[in-house]
Amino acid sequence: MSTDTKERAVHAPQFIRGDELQIPTYKVLKQDGTTYKGATLPDLDKDTALRIYRAMVRTRVLDERMLAAQRQGRLSFYMQSTGEEATTVGFAAALDDEDMIMAQYREQGALVYRGFTLDEFMNQLFSNELDYGKGRQMPIHYGSAKLHYMTISSPLATQIPQATGYAYGQKLAGDKKCTVAVFGEGAASEGDFHAALNMASVLKTPTIFLCRNNGYAISTPASEQFAGDGIAPRALGYGMHTIRVDGNDILAVYSAMTEARCIAVEQNEPVLVEAMSYRLAAHSSSDDPSGYRSKKEEEKWRNKDPLLRMKHWLQAKNWWSDDEDAALFEADRREVLATMKEAEKRPAPVIEEMITDVYDTPPAHLKEQLEGLKAHVRLYPEAYPATSGRMNNG
Amino acid sequence: MAKMNLLQAINNALDIAMAENEKVVCFGEDVGVFGGVFRATSHLQEKYGRARCFNTPLVEQGIIGFANGLASQGSVPVAEIQFADYIFPAFDQIVNESAKFRYRSGNLFDVGGLTIRTPYGGGIAGGHYHSQSPEAYFAQTPGLKVVVPRNPHQAKGLLLASIRDANPVIFFEPKRIYRASVGDVPEGDYELPLGKAEVVKEGSDITLLAWGAQMEYLEKAAELAEKEGISCELIDLRTILPWDRETVAASVRKTGRLLISHEAPLTGGFAGEIAATIQEHCFLHLESPIARVAGLDTPYPLALEKEYLPDHLKIYEAIKRSVNF
Ligand SMILES: Cc1ncc(C[n+]2csc(CCOP(=O)(O)OP(=O)(O)O)c2C)c(N)n1
Repeated sequence: MSTDTKERAVHAPQFIRGDELQIPTYKVLKQDGTTYKGATLPDLDKDTALRIYRAMVRTRVLDERMLAAQRQGRLSFYMQSTGEEATTVGFAAALDDEDMIMAQYREQGALVYRGFTLDEFMNQLFSNELDYGKGRQMPIHYGSAKLHYMTISSPLATQIPQATGYAYGQKLAGDKKCTVAVFGEGAASEGDFHAALNMASVLKTPTIFLCRNNGYAISTPASEQFAGDGIAPRALGYGMHTIRVDGNDILAVYSAMTEARCIAVEQNEPVLVEAMSYRLAAHSSSDDPSGYRSKKEEEKWRNKDPLLRMKHWLQAKNWWSDDEDAALFEADRREVLATMKEAEKRPAPVIEEMITDVYDTPPAHLKEQLEGLKAHVRLYPEAYPATSGRMNNG
Repeated sequence: MAKMNLLQAINNALDIAMAENEKVVCFGEDVGVFGGVFRATSHLQEKYGRARCFNTPLVEQGIIGFANGLASQGSVPVAEIQFADYIFPAFDQIVNESAKFRYRSGNLFDVGGLTIRTPYGGGIAGGHYHSQSPEAYFAQTPGLKVVVPRNPHQAKGLLLASIRDANPVIFFEPKRIYRASVGDVPEGDYELPLGKAEVVKEGSDITLLAWGAQMEYLEKAAELAEKEGISCELIDLRTILPWDRETVAASVRKTGRLLISHEAPLTGGFAGEIAATIQEHCFLHLESPIARVAGLDTPYPLALEKEYLPDHLKIYEAIKRSVNF
């Protein structure tokens, strides 16, 4: 309340802790593919359902193969999203394909859903000359202007207030589009998260804040990240709509996100969605979770696999068969391997790209530094094999 | 003496500091059970309990704000920022708070117990958000001390001195050589002085100056130069703020030439400050312009990291240019 709103007075010191307010979790689909009695089902046609499932499978396969490639030393780094595909694909499916996505780094499922090709993935992963980011960022820092997917930035939570600003611009322009910021429950501890929610609420922006609560931030369990009832209730303090969903439940994610989008776009009000899931894989290829969690805990969540859950549902509807499933996995594996082989052969960006995009055009001092560097590379071509064979003479 | 790598030396210094003074508290993202993403705080929680070594929520401005408060209360916080690239959310707490706590209160209050440890630098295929060397941003902040060790022996002695120093210290750890740099380290307690550079090798033709992971490149470049009959004097600056002008100036008066290298971009890098000061103090002794070998004035790249890094070959070429001026 502000000082001019009407207060409700009490005359004894009453502290409120809010323990009675536990935000419920919206669930639709059980692991066996049946739905809860009386559950609100989303309106999901067969084509969309299969598009979603295919994207989830492709994401799973991509993650498997690329981690293996990292282990073989073909790739410097990788991050899997295994176990979170229902959230990362499902949220994108509930959006308009032109809504803006500002993700954290584990949301490759959304890109797959929007049609980012395997070739586009590989070019980024191998930092080759076709990478849109010109080989400047670590693997998995994808971006696509045509797919309305903001290039990933490693510093956590920075995209969250940016999503508030982007959405404000969409509202000003009368676009009837929204922006979705996706982030982990760890990143939600950053100051940027709180700034973003407050500004979105005050300025009434069409922003959806989607928190992937997957239980861990690297080694730090959620229990050491926050003391309250998770992320969802924080929205209430900012006067914002909020919901918690089972993040392994494709129907719940799709349906909650569809509603959230309505609130954002029709009413110009921000929404927080907390998707409960589990990071089944290691944090990244550099991490080993055996130092901070048990196999038993992982096993419990393996049994809640969102892919299997959706497959069971598709099969119950007679939209999908085991044969089709096996063929899809097989075809995706083959295609991933074939595209990887091509991408890793492509050379790194040329040395001239070192000074582009720092500014709109390279200033004189950068051109000078590049010339000095090129002269040096010419002296020691064998020390700089990525670029020495491919320099222009300018 | 024991053989340790740089991480083990840091871990050992923290262990000694915590054992000796129960006011020493270590915290940061993932530093608890896990012992930090690089394992610098391994086993400290086991040994000293969760109250003195713990995970914080993921919020750098919170970590340093909390550390400032804790230090002002009289505890001795050793806060870890997981990567120097992620220190910026805490910039306000460091630059406006840690650095000015004593000054603004007329010494009623201070955060002198504070030490901030953070891994910095490139060469690990980390792209621009896991490779930066932000020491110069902090070097322009009176009230802070900025320290960078080059090897395990230095790391242990300088970290112990930093923790016990009565001023807030940012301790940048060269992560590229965390495991690669191995050497003899005394097992007991010892300190190396802050604000003192070290002449690592004497020579007569040119002074080569750097800090942290760059020292390795300087040594390699010096070897190449020696083969050409150029005698190099090597200095590790060790403390960037306040820096040891006298040791550097004395060397330059002897050799007549100075080369400074750092990974951070050239413009606004700390080499500029050193060059300005040394030409002021040694003008008539200089036989060639002071040379700077640094990163390009661009963000730190990934695929073309080799091209970007100021390596031994770039330093060697700059030595020859200086000597043949
Ligand atoms: C500002 C900042 N601080 C620290 C890091 C290092 N870091 C990268 S990922 C990560 C954990 C993030 O956890 P969470 O937000 O829960 O997402 P998850 O990895 O579980 O998907 C940390 C600490 C960073 N990238 N940026």
